[in-house]
Amino acid sequence: MTTDAPPPIRVRFRLDRGGFVLDLDLVLPGRGVTALFGPSGAGKTTCLRAIAGLERMPGGLLEVEGEVWQDESRGIFRPTHRRALGYVFQEASLFPHLSVRQNLEYGWRRRRANAPPVDFDHLIELLAIGPLLGRRPATLSGGECQRVAIARALLASPRLLLLDEPLASLDLIRKNEILPYLERLHHELEIPVIYVSHAVDEVVRLADHLVLLADGRVAASGPLTETLARLDLPEAFADEAGLVIEGTVGASDPAYGLVRLDFPGGSVHVAHAAEPAGRRLRFQIKARDVSLALEKPRDTSILNLVPAAVVVVAETAGEAHVLVRLDAGGTPLVARITRLSRDRLKLAPGVAVWAQIKAVAVLA
Amino acid sequence: MPDLLQVTLFTLGVALLGTLLILPPGVALGWVLARRDWPGKTVVETFVALPLVIPPVATGLILLKLFGRHGVLGRLFENVFGIEIVFTWRAVVLATGVMAFPLLVRTARVAFEEINPRFEEAARTLGAGPWDVFWTVMLPLGARGLLAGCVLAFARALGEFGATVMIAGMIPGQTITLALGIYHEVQLGRDTQALKLLAISVVLAFAAVWLSERLLRRRTI
Repeated sequence: MTTDAPPPIRVRFRLDRGGFVLDLDLVLPGRGVTALFGPSGAGKTTCLRAIAGLERMPGGLLEVEGEVWQDESRGIFRPTHRRALGYVFQEASLFPHLSVRQNLEYGWRRRRANAPPVDFDHLIELLAIGPLLGRRPATLSGGECQRVAIARALLASPRLLLLDEPLASLDLIRKNEILPYLERLHHELEIPVIYVSHAVDEVVRLADHLVLLADGRVAASGPLTETLARLDLPEAFADEAGLVIEGTVGASDPAYGLVRLDFPGGSVHVAHAAEPAGRRLRFQIKARDVSLALEKPRDTSILNLVPAAVVVVAETAGEAHVLVRLDAGGTPLVARITRLSRDRLKLAPGVAVWAQIKAVAVLA
Repeated sequence: MPDLLQVTLFTLGVALLGTLLILPPGVALGWVLARRDWPGKTVVETFVALPLVIPPVATGLILLKLFGRHGVLGRLFENVFGIEIVFTWRAVVLATGVMAFPLLVRTARVAFEEINPRFEEAARTLGAGPWDVFWTVMLPLGARGLLAGCVLAFARALGEFGATVMIAGMIPGQTITLALGIYHEVQLGRDTQALKLLAISVVLAFAAVWLSERLLRRRTI
């Protein structure tokens, strides 16, 4: 780790509101995207609102970039408008009486004097909202509204960006319209982002750090790849269990339409349009697309064979399958195989295997 | 007929002044009732609604007792500002204002309640403090409802009779409004004069409603 790593965000909220209990004690990275993931009613939005100061947690503690925003034990509660944050709500929150440009200027004009400069034009271009500036929010589509809302939040030059399911109210097409913009922001933003979602695909595409909430408590918290690789995750993730790996583009083979992606511990070929070598890409390997062999299979149609060692074998909720966590030269993988196969191959921690990867999904 | 013109202008002026007088406290109270919770809120709500439900003459009597020569507020105004209120044009403004107050508060409250709280929260996250939010979000978004409330209050003030007659009396050329005038002329058996005042009242009411409709329609485009 470099020495100039930004200080983390410390969050401690406890709330007991007649049946709804929230008990969070988190340290989140001061850089990158943290996803707050969990089913409805898990307390994701409440947590985000409390971070914004829109709701006050009686015994709360919140530190952002070394600044105390809330510490009830010392009687500190900084009101929302004095917290340098950007908030994008689930539903449209653009001011209906102002044009898109005036909406953008609302936060821009109120940014603090010592705030780091924001490049207005660049942000407009990045989110492709230039043509919308003169229009009224009522004439925008849901996707356009959210893009403007994201730009408006960022123009206030926040130190922390909070996104509350910004895609939840959009249909699939509109969602896929916005995700690329969010991914681009992800690469450019210098500030930490907390992203609330209950959609696995969004989390997998955007997050660096994952916090799993269930019933108002933290079920897991850690870097995305590690957390996804943990096998004791709640139901929500079990079916989608798989790993997100970051790799770099190696050779492209346009004749066969394949691209090689290298990661520590191996490489995989994926059907993908040619990419410039060296570009970093995220891809996902789902547990159900990984099978195991004790010896290197020959004459197989499966291209991707990666040597790995079994780390742990975990039972699943289903009767027939187990999940096997592997270590491929430092990169974690998860395979879903049958209980019968586990017994036949006598899989146990430490056993060397070949992982056969049937499908790889490139995310970004 | 300088008499008719004087009465008409006096009524318009008094109703306008009464409405302007209650506008700041009415809007403020409407906002507080719409957005804040505190113990005793229901008591305040009930108290504000009182002039709507008790007889206007009774309200007039209360005002007379409060603002009269020996009333608490009457003495205050006389000693501090040297202003006499009862049986002057000021009493007419006071009576019309007090009677229109509940209508203004109610419409202002509804206007604010209809605003999605999300907009205020969005403004706060963008760095706007409470006053800033009120001026830049609440007032513009509630403008239509507030305007309707003002017109309603103004129309109510134009026709005020009961409270006015108690606290201001019927002094020709000094406290007589259209409503008081109609009654006054009928009492004196001058029905033609009363009918003329009636006609003016109808025209003014019509104009006020027409104007508000027009303003509201323009806002929606």
